[in-house]
Formats: sequence, structure tokens, C-alpha cells
Amino acid sequence: MSAAPLLEVRNLRVEFPTRRGVLTPVDDVSFTVERGEILGFVGESGAGKSMTGAAIIGLIDPPGRIAGGEVVFDGTVIGKDAAALRGKHIGMVFQDPLTSLNPLKRIGDQLAETIRLHLDVGAAEARKRAARSLEEVGLDPGRLDAYPHEFSGGMRQRVVIALALAAEPELVIADEPTTALDVSIQAQVLGVLKRICAERGASVILVTHDMGVIAETTDRVAVLYAGRLAEIGPTADVISNPRHPYAQGLIASTPTVEDAAQDGELYQIPGSMPRLDAIPPGCAFHPRCAHAMERCRRERPPMLEGRAACWLLAEEGA
Amino acid sequence: MSIVEARGLTRRFDLSDPWVVRMLTFRKKRILTAVDDVSFSIEKGTTYALVGESGSGKSTIARMAVGLLAPSAGTITIDGTNLNDPALDPATRTALRRRIQMVFQSPYASLNPRWRVGAILAEPLHAFGLAAGRETARVAELLEQVGLSETDARRFPHEFSGGQRQRISIARALASEPDFIICDEPTSALDVSVQAQVLNLLKRLQRELGLTYLFITHDLAVVATMARRIGVLQHGKLVEEQDTIALFAAPRDPYTKMLLDAAPRLHPASATGR
Ligand SMILES: Nc1ncnc2c1ncn2[C@@H]1O[C@H](COP(=O)(O)OP(=O)(O)OP(=O)(O)O)[C@@H](O)[C@H]1O
Ligand SMILES: Nc1ncnc2c1ncn2[C@@H]1O[C@H](COP(=O)(O)OP(=O)(O)O)[C@@H](O)[C@H]1O
Ligand code: SF4
Ligand SMILES: [Mg+2]
Ligand SMILES: [Mg+2]
Repeated sequence: MSAAPLLEVRNLRVEFPTRRGVLTPVDDVSFTVERGEILGFVGESGAGKSMTGAAIIGLIDPPGRIAGGEVVFDGTVIGKDAAALRGKHIGMVFQDPLTSLNPLKRIGDQLAETIRLHLDVGAAEARKRAARSLEEVGLDPGRLDAYPHEFSGGMRQRVVIALALAAEPELVIADEPTTALDVSIQAQVLGVLKRICAERGASVILVTHDMGVIAETTDRVAVLYAGRLAEIGPTADVISNPRHPYAQGLIASTPTVEDAAQDGELYQIPGSMPRLDAIPPGCAFHPRCAHAMERCRRERPPMLEGRAACWLLAEEGA
Repeated sequence: MSIVEARGLTRRFDLSDPWVVRMLTFRKKRILTAVDDVSFSIEKGTTYALVGESGSGKSTIARMAVGLLAPSAGTITIDGTNLNDPALDPATRTALRRRIQMVFQSPYASLNPRWRVGAILAEPLHAFGLAAGRETARVAELLEQVGLSETDARRFPHEFSGGQRQRISIARALASEPDFIICDEPTSALDVSVQAQVLNLLKRLQRELGLTYLFITHDLAVVATMARRIGVLQHGKLVEEQDTIALFAAPRDPYTKMLLDAAPRLHPASATGR
């Protein structure tokens, strides 16, 4: 295991030219993913979570484009060759399992095909590995010859994960992989992701809007707001001591089963996520922030103390 | 005093092939019991939550409670009157309909996109002959009550965010001056911060108007601070029912325990997580 991070994203910027001007769904986002860790992306809908994940693997729909920054995977800058990494080095899991599975093909054949596409192995070996990857996600390898419709939603999502893992990628990007699932099945799927990190030293980027899922699953978390990184840090730290007011609000407004005895109101952040064509100047969060100062309305806060992009940290430091 | 009473509520669906096909293929009739002998009662002015995973029968109960679907067996009564009693005279039925309203999961689907918000809110007023001659004032009052403004009456549903659309659905439910509102996953499609706004609104309205809620959700966390009492549904059966605090402190049924354990926590160190 080398000391350098597996993935390093520096000042990533994604732009969509439109008739009314350029929209920037990802704006100057930097982070690293260490080997064997789970990094979470959290934020409300429209925060830019999916777009950031897609940009890493070069899957931005035109006319959108990466307009700045760089993505370094395992020591090499990736650019136009991102496609070559997909599947083999970086696996992907999306929210809807049906879009990733071919309904007309047995799952064993789909797995074996993916394996042979990326690894130099024969048919028999591919089938053996396909069985092993089913086992890895807690499915009966005896069901290699089943069709997708013979599985429940949670099982299908695990097949999709098996497919993403089949070529033994170093990084898996999972975008809301459990959002459509019941909690019991969600727990199984998240368990699989944790296990592949622990057992194989693979890394995972887990995209979710659910703070509880972040708390249960990730090592570090990046909180996104309006296409920008609001806060990043070790998950337990960020949840028990969030420094950015948006992260504070997001955590305080999350209802949890731990609150059962309380009868109070939930904390609520006023307002809602701005649209891309109306991102406020300065700190994008300032119209919703109870601590907003004059400076916040004018100047965009940089990431301070490697933790949060908020002027309050500068005040505390001063 | 309980206002809503479900007794032995049951709903079966016939999933069989058509009769002719069955005769040719010798396949048996297939009956799905979506709701199986469910009984509960709701105290006036409180929230009763029905919690269960997908397909457990929650929405089927909601549709029976609001009179959209007839039970195969059992009854649901509001203040002692059976909604599905065929002998009910039309005037009593209309009066009862007015008192029971529903808020759905998808605020997109449940609001007519071609109507302005003002018309959407005025419709129940006309249907039940309420606020005659002062509809505009009443619509403004309803919008205010859910935290929107009078001028929003002129706009169309698509001009609002998801959370605001859910406020409009709530305002529409309030228009007929109900005492009982069934909320079927009212915040499942919303972001947490917006969900908090809507849950707080529902709580405030309950306090101010003395409303009774049947709150349906797959998410135990959402009702932890909302409900007085919780019923847990599994495969159409009520497997456990307790006051909220007792249920979270000491779940009795293994299925409830599993649901509680699987619910993500913000501070997993205190539980079983990583
Ligand atoms: N009109 C119908 N015809 C046939 N089966 C039905 C019908 N309505 C519901 N069902 C079945 O009844 C069962 C319960 O459905 P219901 O919609 O009440 O579930 P739910 O608990 O609301 O689930 P979800 O959380 O997914 O909304 C399911 O198996 C469903 O497929
Ligand atoms: N094809 C597209 N063209 C223009 N804007 C887009 C496109 N896809 C997404 N967006 C916008 O980019 C922003 C970030 O989107 P996304 O990454 O999907 O957010 P999240 O996953 O956090 O909900 C949103 O404002 C969204 O509307
Ligand atoms: S920079 Fe200012 S407006 Fe932005 S989060 Fe910090 S205090 Fe609030
Ligand atoms: Mg997304
Ligand atoms: Mg339902």
C-alpha cells in the first residue's frame, strides 16, 4: 500500500453553457480518497453530488464539460482517457438497479462478460469469479443462472454491486445506491460496501442525501452546497462538531430514532437550495445563514483549516 | 376519546388470471391479502403512525380510511359512523367526506398542473359549499396558514419547489375544515431541511386546529417526534402497537426490533454501527 491517496481531485469545475449564461454545478471542489476508505458526499438535492461523481469518471453529458481542475487517479492525471478506467479500475453503482442490468440475460452471463471485458481470463475462470463476486455481496452463487426479475429490489441492487466489483476495481462510486430500498435491505447493501473496503482495501465514494447513512457507513464526509464544498472531515467529527452552518443545519434537521423521547420541533433551515442560475454572490449559503456577516455577502470564503469554507473559522482564528 | 376506529380491517386483491385462462391452464385462483385483520384507534387531536416496509399495506389502509377503497372485511368508523356503510344517506356521506382529507407523497402528481393554486384551493370550498361569497379571502387565509402568501394564489403548481407544493397540498386538505387528515408519506420526496419545515408545519396545525392525523411512513425516524402511538405493519398484519416512547425503548416484536436496528443513526457508536 502506498502512502499517496488513491484519488486526488483538485479545484474541479464543471460548466454547462446555456443561452442564459454559463451554469456551474461543480465549482472549485477539491478532496482526496485514501486507499481502503469510504468517503461520503452529502447535501440536499441539487448540491452537485452526482455531478461531482460523474465528473471523476468523465461521464458529464454534453454540452457540459470539465472546465477546470484535475483528477489524479493512482498517481496519473486522468483526462480524455477516463473511459479506459471505467469498469476496470473504477466501478459504478447507480440508484436504479434496472438501468444497469440487462433484463434478458442471466446474471451469471452478465457478470462473466464484464469480467472478461476487463481481465484476461478464460470462460471457465470468468464463471468461477462471477460466482465468487455473488458470494461477496451475500448472494447464493447457485443463482448464477437466474434472470434479474427473479430477484427482489435489494438483491438486484446487490447484483449491480457485484457487477461493479467484478473486475476488482480499486474505487467504487456508488450514487444513492440504497435510496429506493427498505431500511433492512439498505443495511445489507451498505454492509457489502463496508466489507469490500475492509477485505480488499478498495475505496468507495458514497453519494447520499441521508446523514444517517453517512454516519453509519463512511470514514470521512464531504458536505456539498450549491456545487461547492462546504465542509470536509472525519465523519464522527463532522457530525458531532460541524463547523459550517449548513452542515450544522443539515445535521440538526435530520430526524433520527434517537430522538424518540423528545416532543420538540425539528430544527429547520430557512429557505432552500438556490438554482444554478441564481447562486448568491460571496458565500452561496448566506441568504439562509443565521450567522451571515457583511463579508459573507461579498467574498466567497476559502476552505479554512482544511475543514470548512466559512468566514466564521477566520473570525475564531483571529 | 377516540375519533377513528379500525376494526378487523381486511382487504384482499384478486391477482388470478381471467376465468377462461384458469379453466384452460388449471391454475388456481391467487388472492393477495394486502391488509389482514388490522385494528387500531386514534385519539382525537393526536397522531397515530403506521410504519412498515414497501408493500406492507400502508397505502391500502390509507385508501380505505379515506373511503377510496372498500374493505373486504371489517370496518373503519369516524365518530362512530362507518364510512363504507352502503345504507349511509348521501348527505351524511358528504358530511363525513368533508371531515376526512388526505395528503399524498407526491405533491407533483396530486395537484392539477393546469389550475392556478387559487382554483385548486377553492375547489373543495365549492364542493362542500364552504366560505360562500368569501372564497378569495378564505384562500388567502389558507395560504397564510401553511406559510405561503396571498399572491401565490395566482401561480401554477410547477412554479413552486417540492416543499412548497406539499404546503399547497396541505392547504387544500385544510380547505374543507377537516378534523382527520391521512398523510401518506408526506415528506418522502423531500430533502431533510424541507422535510423538517413540513413536519413542523403539520405539528403546528395540529396544535392550532386540534387535528387528528394518521401518519403513514416507512421511516421510523420521521415519526419519532411526531406520533403519540405507532403501529408496525408487516405483510398486511399489525405485528406491534405501542405508545411511541415505549416502542422505541422496548420494542416487543422481532420485526420492530429489526426495523429499529436497521434505521441509520447519527451517533452509531451508541448502537451497533461502525
Ligand atoms: N389495486 C391493487 N391490485 C392488486 N394488488 C394491490 C393493489 N393495491 C395494492 N396491492 C398490493 O397490496 C400490497 C400492499 O400495497 P400498499 O400499496 O398498501 O403497500 P405500502 O405499504 O403502501 O407500500 P409502499 O411503501 O411501497 O408505498 C402490495 O403487495 C401491493 O402490490
Ligand atoms: N444536464 C444538465 N444540464 C444542466 N444542469 C444540470 C444537468 N444535470 C444536472 N444539472 C444541475 O446540476 C446541479 C447539480 O446536480 P446533481 O449533481 O445531480 O445534484 P445532486 O446529485 O446533489 O442532487 C443541479 O442544479 C442540477 O439541476
Ligand atoms: S461564510 Fe458567512 S454566510 Fe457563509 S456559512 Fe459562514 S457565516 Fe454563514
Ligand atoms: Mg444525485
Ligand atoms: Mg404506499
